[in-house]
Amino acid sequence: MIDPAYRKKMVVVEGSYAVAHSAKVCRPNVISAYPITPQTHIVEDLSQFIADGEIPNCEYINVEAEFSAISALIGASAVGARTYSATTSQGLLLMHEALFNTSGMRLPVIMTVANRAVGAPINIWNDHQDAISQRDTGWIQLYAEDVQEACDTLPQLYKIAEDNEVMLPGMACMDGFILSHVYEPVVLLEQELTDDFLPSFQPENVLDPEDPKTFGAFAAPDTYEEFRYLQEQAMQKALPKIEAVAKEFEEVFGRYHGGLIDGYMLDDAEIIVMSMGSILGTIKNVVDEYRAKGEKIGVLKVRSFRPFPKEQICKAVKNAHAVVVLDKNISIGTNEGALFTETKSCLYNSKVRVPVIGYTVGHGGRDIPVESIAKVIEETKKVAKSGITVESQFLDLKEESL
Amino acid sequence: MKEIRIHGRGGQGSVTAAEMLSVAAFEDGKFSQAFPAFGVERRGAPVQAFTRINNNPIRLRSQVYTPDYVIVQDATLLETVDVASGVKDDGIIIVNTTEKPESLKLNTKARVMTVDATKVAMDIIGVPIVNTVLLGAFAGATGEINVESIQHAIRARFPGKVGEKNANAIQKAYNLIRGEEA
Repeated sequence: MIDPAYRKKMVVVEGSYAVAHSAKVCRPNVISAYPITPQTHIVEDLSQFIADGEIPNCEYINVEAEFSAISALIGASAVGARTYSATTSQGLLLMHEALFNTSGMRLPVIMTVANRAVGAPINIWNDHQDAISQRDTGWIQLYAEDVQEACDTLPQLYKIAEDNEVMLPGMACMDGFILSHVYEPVVLLEQELTDDFLPSFQPENVLDPEDPKTFGAFAAPDTYEEFRYLQEQAMQKALPKIEAVAKEFEEVFGRYHGGLIDGYMLDDAEIIVMSMGSILGTIKNVVDEYRAKGEKIGVLKVRSFRPFPKEQICKAVKNAHAVVVLDKNISIGTNEGALFTETKSCLYNSKVRVPVIGYTVGHGGRDIPVESIAKVIEETKKVAKSGITVESQFLDLKEESL
Repeated sequence: MKEIRIHGRGGQGSVTAAEMLSVAAFEDGKFSQAFPAFGVERRGAPVQAFTRINNNPIRLRSQVYTPDYVIVQDATLLETVDVASGVKDDGIIIVNTTEKPESLKLNTKARVMTVDATKVAMDIIGVPIVNTVLLGAFAGATGEINVESIQHAIRARFPGKVGEKNANAIQKAYNLIRGEEA
């Protein structure tokens, strides 16, 4: 049960408002974004804050498209500004080229992605295809389970990304509509606590006419490889920072959503359901029902998709009899979701031997009711008993529409 | 956990009603969640919004399939939308209409209750906006929520005269559906 004193701090607001408020208390210096459903309310609320003079020392740059939004932030971040944006779906895809630049120039730009499907066919509803399709751009990606986590992830992400050993951009992913448009009780991040937790941005290298430097310059074959290596090293260094920052956040704010991963009923679990984002809440409800019947089912939440927590995943699933991975995305041509593929990949050269199956679920906002989660768990129980028959498949496919 | 589905037309404030209900429920000491049937909203088109109310924090993110309660803002929806779909047998359907419940002939075992929310809204607020009025009827019909909590939530959202008028209309609808006022 929630402590009454803590409850008093909670308010019922829309997810987008709570996230915009969280971005505000992180004290950004430059915000640039282009409205796109279902991210629009976040940037509307932020422009309202700006118009009301509630974000000191911050400029909101209006742009004509997402490519310009990210480009403006690249410039701003390079001179040492803390920067924020929010986007989704086609907007994120339009940023794609510049996402590589942001990471390659080692600029800790932070943005919220209100995850949405990508076209064609056009679809405004939630899945993770937009962000997963950016997995190789060199951005940290953290996925939130509820509105509170979507809020709490922002200051954490700034702290991780702006660490001098990391210096990489980051996406705070939250399920579009499901979290961006829901009203639920949250604690709006306190300015004072956020100031205690998140120091100002102090980059070692900035663009400065007094001390000229070049960012993102030409790199010939004799140097390019080392840039890429250092980017990967930075991502590896982010792994322990994500864990440490989550704990520091807990010390200051009293909330913990997991570090790289988080477990629910995991310690003795024979069947493990793995996933990312808001679907975890529904899965936990179903797992509670199984536990009430004495069945050892657990949930492995993957919070950090980039960097990918190989070691933590191997450790978490090592005693399970079978694992099922639910992905709200698909790599067309593999018939697999990314979390499933990468989970199998990290287990292959480890000593862990556990059967893993995958489902791609919730495409374009297809609802995932509790019955479907139970169906998946029943299938995984069969795998634990007699092995894999179907390695990866779509969930709740309407055969009659094909 | 109790699940509420609100039927309306785009522009009638169904989403606001769901949201106000969740604010009021939280104020009542419960946990709550409100969300629209995410779609490409157009003024006049049938829309739905949902509220969940629970004693504990709500983790469930799926849609609402078997609501305990249904609120229908516009009786013309009955011609095109199955407002009784999935409603629990011991549930309640509240319809804004001048008709009697039995004449609506809804295909459900749930209890059907009617209230002329449009008249209440016209008499007290002066405009035919019934979303808040129906929340008063909901409080009266179900007892799931204190009418004062709803009035407080509305006053906070719409400060001044508008909120006051709405609070009075909420009280009127609450009394009407409880048969405490004609």
